[in-house]
Amino acid sequence: MSDYLNVSGRIFDIQKFSVHDGPGIRTIVFLKGCALRCKWCCNPESQKPEIQTMLQGGKEKTVGRDVTVGEVLELVKQDMPYYRRSGGGMTLSGGEMLCQSEFAYALLRAAKESAIHTAVETTGFAPYEKIEKMLPFIDVVLMDIKHRDSKKHQAFTTQPNERILENAVKIAEQAKKLIIRVPVIPTFNDTEAEIAAIAEFAASLKNVTEIHLLPYHSFGRDKYEGLGREYLMGDLLSPADEQMQKFKTVAEKFGLQCKIGG
Amino acid sequence: MNKVYTADIPKTNRIQKLIDDLYSGTPTIESTRAEIITESYQATEGLPIYLRKSAAFRALMEKLPVVIRDHELIVGCNSVVRRGCQTFPEFSNQWLEEEFDTVATRSADPFYISEETAAKLKEVHKYWKGRTTSELATSYMAPETLAAIEHNIFTVGNYFYNGIGHVSADYDKVLRIGFKGIYEQAKAERAKCNIYDADYTTRYPFLTSVMESCEAAIVFAKRYAQEARKMADNCADMTRRKELLTIAENCEKVPANGAKSFHEACQSFWFVQLLIQTESSGHSISPGRFDQYMYPYYKKDMESGVLTREQAQELVDCVWVKLNSLNKVRDALSAEGFAGYSMFQNLVVGGQDIHGMDATNDLSYMCIAASMHVNLPQPSLSMRVWNGTPHDLMVKAAELTKTGIGLPAYYNDEIIIPALISRGLSLEDARDYCVIGCVEPQKGGKTDGWHDAAFFNMLRPLELVFSNGMDQGVQVGPKTGTLEDFDTCDKLFDAYKKQMEYAISLMVNADNAVDTAHMQRCPLPFLSAMVTDCIGKGKSAQEGGAVYNFTGPQGFGIANVADGLYAIKELVYKTKTVTLKEYADAIRNNFGMPYCDGYAEKLTVEVMKEIAAKGFTITEEQIAEVYQQVKENNIDAPKKKKYQALYEKIKALPKFGNDLDEVDRLGREVAYTYTRPVEQYQNPRGGVYHAGLYPVSANVPLGMQTGATPDGRLAGTPIADGVSPVAGSDVNGPTAAANSVAKLDHCIASNGTLFNMKFHPSALKGSSGIEAFISLIRAFFDQKGMHMQFNVVSRETLRDAQLHPENYKNLVVRVAGYSALFTTLSKSLQDDIINRTEQGGF
Repeated sequence: MSDYLNVSGRIFDIQKFSVHDGPGIRTIVFLKGCALRCKWCCNPESQKPEIQTMLQGGKEKTVGRDVTVGEVLELVKQDMPYYRRSGGGMTLSGGEMLCQSEFAYALLRAAKESAIHTAVETTGFAPYEKIEKMLPFIDVVLMDIKHRDSKKHQAFTTQPNERILENAVKIAEQAKKLIIRVPVIPTFNDTEAEIAAIAEFAASLKNVTEIHLLPYHSFGRDKYEGLGREYLMGDLLSPADEQMQKFKTVAEKFGLQCKIGG
Repeated sequence: MNKVYTADIPKTNRIQKLIDDLYSGTPTIESTRAEIITESYQATEGLPIYLRKSAAFRALMEKLPVVIRDHELIVGCNSVVRRGCQTFPEFSNQWLEEEFDTVATRSADPFYISEETAAKLKEVHKYWKGRTTSELATSYMAPETLAAIEHNIFTVGNYFYNGIGHVSADYDKVLRIGFKGIYEQAKAERAKCNIYDADYTTRYPFLTSVMESCEAAIVFAKRYAQEARKMADNCADMTRRKELLTIAENCEKVPANGAKSFHEACQSFWFVQLLIQTESSGHSISPGRFDQYMYPYYKKDMESGVLTREQAQELVDCVWVKLNSLNKVRDALSAEGFAGYSMFQNLVVGGQDIHGMDATNDLSYMCIAASMHVNLPQPSLSMRVWNGTPHDLMVKAAELTKTGIGLPAYYNDEIIIPALISRGLSLEDARDYCVIGCVEPQKGGKTDGWHDAAFFNMLRPLELVFSNGMDQGVQVGPKTGTLEDFDTCDKLFDAYKKQMEYAISLMVNADNAVDTAHMQRCPLPFLSAMVTDCIGKGKSAQEGGAVYNFTGPQGFGIANVADGLYAIKELVYKTKTVTLKEYADAIRNNFGMPYCDGYAEKLTVEVMKEIAAKGFTITEEQIAEVYQQVKENNIDAPKKKKYQALYEKIKALPKFGNDLDEVDRLGREVAYTYTRPVEQYQNPRGGVYHAGLYPVSANVPLGMQTGATPDGRLAGTPIADGVSPVAGSDVNGPTAAANSVAKLDHCIASNGTLFNMKFHPSALKGSSGIEAFISLIRAFFDQKGMHMQFNVVSRETLRDAQLHPENYKNLVVRVAGYSALFTTLSKSLQDDIINRTEQGGF
C-alpha cells in the first residue's frame, strides 16, 4: 500500500524556510538532473544526474545523495507547524523534477496523504503523460516560460521550446493552479517586446492569472568554478529595479497579476 | 465592540528635541541621594527599621533637586545631569569606592564621577560600614556557598549589591485612588491594630511607614507644581507657559488623587515609576500592562473630546523618553552582565484579559508606535501573543522588529498562563500576567518575584565532573568519581546531575541569605504601598507581604552541555574513537587551539602570581613573553595535533538547534538537571523557587571564567545564550532552530526562557517577509515555545558600527532580554552579538 514511500531518488539539497517558491513557508526539495542547460543556471551542480564533487570554499563537497520518499517526507514533515500557520508546504525543484518523474510522483503523493500543500518548479520539458499523472497531487505548478522564439530558446538552454509551450497549454487546462515564471536574463529576453510576448502567451492560458518575473543574478558563478566549468554569463549585471518595474507594467497590461521575485 | 484604531500618527518635533536633549548628557554619578539618606539614617538611629526607611524616603522627597527640562510635558527627574544616576549606599558601596578610579573608563557602561562627588561619597560611606545589606547577606552564607561563589559556579551579585526591584507595582491603584487613597487604606488597617497583637510591633510601624511614604510622594509632586508655576511666571513664550501651567495643575492633583485625565494618568504613572527607582536601586521596575490600566483614561478623554489621538500619542512618546532618562551605576562585573545602561523597564502590550478575551486596544498600537518614534532601548517592549491576537497587531509589531531595534520581544500566552497556574496563581491572575525585566512573567501588583535571583553557569558543574569536584585545588563540588569510574555515558551524566544538584543547593543558600538581609535591613514601605497584599498582611513586600512570592534564579548553557554530552557519548562510548581520559586532556589543553585574548591574560596572571610567590622579580618583557606563549598554546606538537583532530571531529557532529531528535532530547534532559532541582526549594518569604533559562548578557563575562568544554567551546569564549543554540551551530535555518528549542520543556521554566534569533534585514522585506516572520512566531508558539526575540541588522552594519561608533550612536540591538545601544556595549559582547547565527533565506 505504501510502497511509494520506498521509492528512491537522487536529491542534492533540502532547504527549509523558503518563502520564494510557492505560498507561505516551504521546504524545497532539490532533485538532481535536468534536460536543459540554461546558460544562466544558478544551480549548475543540479544539472547532471550523477553524483558529483564540487569545490566549495576550498573544500570538496559531494553533490547528490540517494534517499527514499519516506526519508524525505520525514524531513518535510518537521516543519508542519509552519506550513499550517503560513499556508506553506513542500516544493519540488531541481534540476528538473520531471527527470525523476517516478520519484517526484511518489513524493507528491506521499505529501498529499500527509495533508501537505505541494508545489513544483518545472521547465515543463517532458512527455505530457508524465506531468499529467502528477497533476492531481500538485496544488501549484510554477512553470518557466523563458522565450517565445524557439531558436533563441535553444541557443540559451540547449532545447527548443515547442514542447514546453504545448505542455503549458495542457497543464493550464488540468492543473489546480498554474503560475508562469520568467527568468529575466540580460542579452536573452530582457526587452519589453519579449516580456510582452511571454505575458501575452501566459494570459492566453486557461485560468492563468499570475506571472512572476525573476531578475537574473550571478550568485551561481562560484559554483561553475567549483565544478571546473566556464561561466558563460560573463560580468552581466542584474537588471536594474526600474527596468524590472517597467517589465512589470508591461506584463500587467495583459491583465495578469505580476510579482517581481517569487 | 469598540473600533480599534491602528493607523500611525507621526512623531512630533517635541519628541525629537527631548531625545536630543537627553542624549546630550554624559552618564554621571551624583551624590545628593546618598548624602540625604545618610543624614536621615544618622538622625533615626534606634527607631524601627520601617520608620527609618520612610523617614529617609520623606527626606529624599523633600530635598532632592526639582528639575523640569525644556519641552517636557511629563516631569520628574532624580538626577540633575541628563542620564545621570544616584547611588544607594545602604545596599553596598565598597565596590564603588574601589572603582572610583576606573568607573569612568571601564569598557561596560562607564560613568563620569567628579573628584568632589567621589569625596562626598567617601565621606558618607563611612557611616554605612557594617550596615549594608550585602555585608549582612555575606554573614548569613555558609562557607561552602562562599567558596562556590568564589569559584564562579554562580553569582548572586545582582541583589547582593543592589535593591531587588523586578516588580510591577499596582499602577492601576495609584491611578484610581491616588496616594491619598492608599494612605487611607493603610490608616484604616492600622486602626485595627491592637497593642497586644502578636505582630503589633512590626505591623503598626510598617503601616505607619506606608502612610508616611504616601505623604512624601505627594510632597514631591507638589514641589514640581510650585516649580512649574514659578517657571510659567517667568516664561515669555505663551505656548510653553500654558504647558507649564498644565504641568503645575497636574502635579497638584496627582499622584495625590486619582487621575481624571489621560495627561494626569501619564504624569501619575511617571511619578510612581520614578519614585520606586528613587527609594531603591532595584532595576527591572516594569510598567507591565500599560495599555490596559491606562486605557480607561484615554477612552474617557477621547469620548468627551478633550483629547485627540495625536495628543495622546505625544504623551505616550513623552513617557517613553522619560523611561530612558533613568540610569544606574553597577559594579564592573554586573555592568558586563547587564550591559548597555539598561534599566529593564518591561512594558507589555496585547494578550488576554482576565476573562480570556483579547485585550488589544488603541493604546496597544500606540505603545508600539511610541517605540518606533523614540527608537530607544526603553521601555523593554514586550508583546503577548495568543491564538486570538489580531493579525494587525502582529504586523505592527513585526514592523517594529524590522527596524532592528530588537523590540518587541514576543511571549506566548498559551504556555505562560498554564506555567503560572502550575505555580499557584489563580486563573484570572495568570491571564493578567505581565513581563518583568528580561523575560520573567508575573502577575503585576501582587507579586514579589525575586526574578533574576542568580546567574547559574551550567558549564561549571560539568567542568567539576572531570575534576572529581575540585577547582584550583579546592573541593568545591562533591566527589562524583574519577574518569575511570565513568565506564558508561549514563554514569557520567549521573555525576553531572549530582554536581548540579549540589551547586543548586548552595545557590539557594546564597539567595536566601541575600533575601533575609533585604528583609531585615531594607524593607521598602513606598513600594509595598503598591503591592497587594502588603497593607492587608501588615508586612513589607520584602518580608512576604505580596500575594505571590517567588525566587527565580536563571541557568544557562543548555546547548553547550547537550552538544558536549552528545559528543562524548558518540566519540567515547559509541564509536570509541578516543578514551574519556584523552578527551579530558584535550579539554584541559583547549583542544590545542590558541587562547582568546582575555583568557590568555587570565592564565598569564596566574603564571605570574606563581612566579612572584616564589620570590622572583618580574619584568615587563617576561610578562609579554609568557603571554605570547600562553596565547599560542605552545604544547608538545604531536599532542597539539591530536587535540586539534578531536576538535575537528567534535565540530563535525550534530548539534542542538538543527531539529535533530538525538541531540535535542539530550538538550531537554540537560535543562531538567537545572529546572527540576530548583523547584524543590522554598524562600524566606513563604514562596517557592522556580527556574528561568536565560542569561541576560552574562553568557559573555561568565564564559570568560569558564575553561574549554566538551562541545568544542574554547576557553573564555561566550556560552550559548538562554535556550538558544550555540552561536553559529544552527545551520538548518530558523524553523529547525525553533523546533529544537521548542523540544525543551518551557512550562517548567516558569521564571522565563530566552530564545534569540538574528535576521538579516532582507529577511523581513516586503509583505511576504513580514507574513513569513509572523508565521514563524506563531508556529514556534504552537509548539509551546515561550519567548522569542530578534535582532534584525546585518553583520556588515554591526562590524562597521564597531569601527565607526560615532556614526551609530542610535543603533539599538537586542542583547538578551533587553535592547541596548550597540556602541555602549563592550567589545566582547559586541562580538558575541555579531557572531550569533544570522538567518536569511526568506
